[in-house]
Amino acid sequence: MIEVDVSLAQGAFTVEAAFTGGAGITALFGPSGSGKTTLIHLIAGLRRPDRGRVRVDGRDLVDTGAGLFVPPHRRRIGLVFQDAQLFPHLTVRQNLLYGRAFAPRAERRIDLSPVVDALGIGHLLGRRPATLSGGERQRVAFGRALLASPRLLLMDEPLASLDGARKAEVLPLIERLRDGFGIPIVYVSHAVEEVARLAATVVVLREGRVAAAGPPNVVLHGAATGAGGRFEVASVLEGAAGPADEAYLLTPVAHPAGTVWLTGRVGPPGRRLRVVIRGTDVALSRRPPEGLTIRTVLSGTVSSIASGDGPLAIVEVVLAGGDGLAAVVTRKAVDDLGLAPGAGVHALVKTVALDERPLSG
Amino acid sequence: MELSDEAWTAIWLSMRIASVATLASLPFGIAVALLLARARFPGRTLVDGLVHLPLVMPPVVTGYVLLLLFGRRGPIGSFLEETFGIVLSFRWTGAALAAAVMGFPLMVRAIRLSIEAVDRRLETAAGSLGAGPAAVFFTVTLPLAVPGILTGAVLAFAKALGEFGATITFVSNIPGETRTIAAAIYTLTQTPGGDAEALALAAVATAIALAALVASELLQRRAGRVVAG
Repeated sequence: MIEVDVSLAQGAFTVEAAFTGGAGITALFGPSGSGKTTLIHLIAGLRRPDRGRVRVDGRDLVDTGAGLFVPPHRRRIGLVFQDAQLFPHLTVRQNLLYGRAFAPRAERRIDLSPVVDALGIGHLLGRRPATLSGGERQRVAFGRALLASPRLLLMDEPLASLDGARKAEVLPLIERLRDGFGIPIVYVSHAVEEVARLAATVVVLREGRVAAAGPPNVVLHGAATGAGGRFEVASVLEGAAGPADEAYLLTPVAHPAGTVWLTGRVGPPGRRLRVVIRGTDVALSRRPPEGLTIRTVLSGTVSSIASGDGPLAIVEVVLAGGDGLAAVVTRKAVDDLGLAPGAGVHALVKTVALDERPLSG
Repeated sequence: MELSDEAWTAIWLSMRIASVATLASLPFGIAVALLLARARFPGRTLVDGLVHLPLVMPPVVTGYVLLLLFGRRGPIGSFLEETFGIVLSFRWTGAALAAAVMGFPLMVRAIRLSIEAVDRRLETAAGSLGAGPAAVFFTVTLPLAVPGILTGAVLAFAKALGEFGATITFVSNIPGETRTIAAAIYTLTQTPGGDAEALALAAVATAIALAALVASELLQRRAGRVVAG
């Protein structure tokens, strides 16, 4: 359990945010400059708030009213950065065990071998950080933070410096850590797929303030209208996995509005899944489409259209079954097709990211 | 040619003085380097200037200041003698002090640069893992600064080995007590027929300095390998 209510002025920019997070992952989500990293620094104790308090596990770490400020090394909060920040003069094993030596004996809940197994780094123990790949380093960094048996883990864009393939490798590991070691995690990211996939609670930040907070399928739906970048409109749908099509290596996900096709085998059949759909990957058609390569077609009704003077508009669609889906289309298309609230549409979805988190978790 | 007993005495004395000067000043050098690299306090520029003073002042002046301060009638010298029975003036220990003071700016400079080069985010990481400031220093900052500390020590040792002006002013040129290689060479050049031995001693001094440089290079390469993996 983490409770944060802080404000800090830095020049013209003020961070003024309050949120609480429970078990599992609490994601701080927002465009660059929205104050995510400042919040992480305030929780870790690397910066002092002008006003406010930070509580972790019922223990006050900062309370400006009472003049309380626990220094970083007494907070027992683990940090994982964008680059792994391993100690270059120590071996992987020494890096992993570094924090353990400082943890009070009674609080050393986490042992080396389960961490090494969960992260698959047993073969690296004797090596030095300089000889590791980026993905390997990040795994060791996760392990090092865990082995200090922290009360809370802060992860500041831990995947940002990894390429797509490495990301796909490390994401499941974060899930394994989340589920296997029971340490609450605050996770900073501006990648919607990561957040939708990992988080139990999403705190959306904009210009230093909390714009929205709640479960990902509620908060992320059409949450973001940031200008460009990786911070985009996205929707989260839930459905049940069907048996994989072995001939084409596809897995259907049954949704009341239609079948969502995922690439690869996603099992087991019957499992409830959460899928993430970017607004820019959605096209709309007034008629049932024919002769298209797109396999995922969902039917629904336009509920609202947001547009300004720019070329793009965000069309909100209520799908059969009640889930919302946001589509980013050109304003011209809205006019040409005569789209308006109440219009029936078919949403064509090009690519879908999978959120593998069990929905009960 | 055969070196005389006096020459050998001067060589061993020089080695002893330079070693003691380097080792005794190293903790202070690291502390001052850390202070200058990291701390922000009023008077920091003054400390920086004081540390560098021996580098720019005539060595004779440094020696004279040492004599005024650490001489038996000087404020620090008389205190040391009355309280601890330590006498520095005209003793080899005084020569070590003079050598340490002269080598100090070089030592501090090298160590400070290497501390400044340590990635502070590593220290942040260590803190998040529960290490307090002292533990961070001894387990992260200091090990990563080892190459610079070695460089600083070798520079100070070489400087101490060759120190002449401050030493001869502070502790004079007493055979067997304060006559170092440099003082011995000077004495020989002032003595009729001493040229040959002066040349031999000069060769020895050069050889020792070169050996120190090579040793530090090897050590640093090893330390660099450790840090770079």
